[in-house]
Amino acid sequence: MKYSLDFAPLLSYWPVFLNGAWLTLKMTALAVIVGVVLGTAVAFAKRSKIKALSRLCSAYIEAVRNTPFLVQIFLLYFGLASFGIRMPTFVAAVLAMTINIGAYAAEIIRAGLESIPRGQIEAAECLGLSKWRIGWHVMLQPSIEKVYPALTSQFLLMMQASAMASQISAEELTAVANTVQSDTFRSLETYIVVAALYLVLSLVIKLITSVLGEYLFRRRRVLRKAAAIGARALVDTTQANVASHGGAA
Amino acid sequence: MFGSFTSVHFFYLFNSIGWTLVLSALAFVLGAIGGFGVMLARISPRAWLRWIAIVYIECIQGIPLLILLFIVYFGLSVYGYSLPSLVAAGLAMMIYVAAYLGDIWRGCIDAMPKPQWEASECLAFSRWQTLRLVIIPQAVRLSLPPTVGFLVQIIKMTSLASVIGFVELTRAGQIINNTIFQPFLIFSLVGVFYFALCYPLSRWSEAMEKKLNVANR
Repeated sequence: MKYSLDFAPLLSYWPVFLNGAWLTLKMTALAVIVGVVLGTAVAFAKRSKIKALSRLCSAYIEAVRNTPFLVQIFLLYFGLASFGIRMPTFVAAVLAMTINIGAYAAEIIRAGLESIPRGQIEAAECLGLSKWRIGWHVMLQPSIEKVYPALTSQFLLMMQASAMASQISAEELTAVANTVQSDTFRSLETYIVVAALYLVLSLVIKLITSVLGEYLFRRRRVLRKAAAIGARALVDTTQANVASHGGAA
Repeated sequence: MFGSFTSVHFFYLFNSIGWTLVLSALAFVLGAIGGFGVMLARISPRAWLRWIAIVYIECIQGIPLLILLFIVYFGLSVYGYSLPSLVAAGLAMMIYVAAYLGDIWRGCIDAMPKPQWEASECLAFSRWQTLRLVIIPQAVRLSLPPTVGFLVQIIKMTSLASVIGFVELTRAGQIINNTIFQPFLIFSLVGVFYFALCYPLSRWSEAMEKKLNVANR
């Protein structure tokens, strides 16, 4: 059978697609922001001396990381509904995404916290910094900086996982695609367009996170600038040397 | 309410684990073959081959598996191939897994010290001999923990095949739920089954990673 791609019927659906993409972006942003806060809290709680609390955090992390996101969404949306707790699909989807990314972020941030040398924390204690300031300046900031790449790739994966929210018919990009393809019967073209849109979305997120990283981590910027100045100084002195010694003559 | 959960349902659910495992194995084996090719292309001395691999990896990593699944499933059907959903799911997952495994393995090869390449060159090894006899045997040790970690991801990913009608664990849960309507119980049970499959692998991966990291502890 011969089949030729025809994107023309999809043209009139542009606003619908863009709407879906915007909703996907919004859901991801919301889930990421709340999820990272949750993850940070869990990462610190897991280090706590209270055994029960740290056990609870481990259980949460392992439970989320070892079950599929789809099942988590179903459990949250259909499972809770059977107890009479009903929520709009958007809320359910964002809640599921937050819980999911909270666990992954906790694990990533925990790895960052563990990489902080004990000596630094002890030094901060000797300087009389309060517990909260040690937590913020000495532990959290450097560890976030260290694990930032891992965190951002987790955000990207989360954006892709948000496609599964279409299964509870949250009106995001994939759900939009399902509707459009049943309207136009152009299933292959629809999904190709949506794939391209997801690709653009992930590029946008990559751009945002890299700009944000540049802005957030002043130390990194200063270090790079210092390195550049150092390199230039080196070039200057060698040139001066070459000039005064007459080059390779 | 609509009926109760009986042992018949339980065994139906339990049996569907088999299909989850079959699809996982299929995706892993096919993806590993593809991933090896992607890895080779990614480290190739030919620039155009490297670029193809980079573009491939970037594109696939930017598209959700669900969309890929739809493209393969509908794409094959509009061209007149009506394939069983197992084949469509396996194919889509192969494309997806190959990009990730290729990238992971490329990282492991890159982590090998440069003098290893130079030493093999001095011994007049060809490029392929260097890879086969020197680099890969050492990189395998390094790549084992992330590969097993990714295997966990693959098992979780198979839940997406439910969307195109492949009856694995999640789909079986949905089917039972449609008849007796006890979503909390059923999806909890489905979650427990997935956990039982994934948790040992996660722990194994972690243990191997710890062993490798003995030096920097």
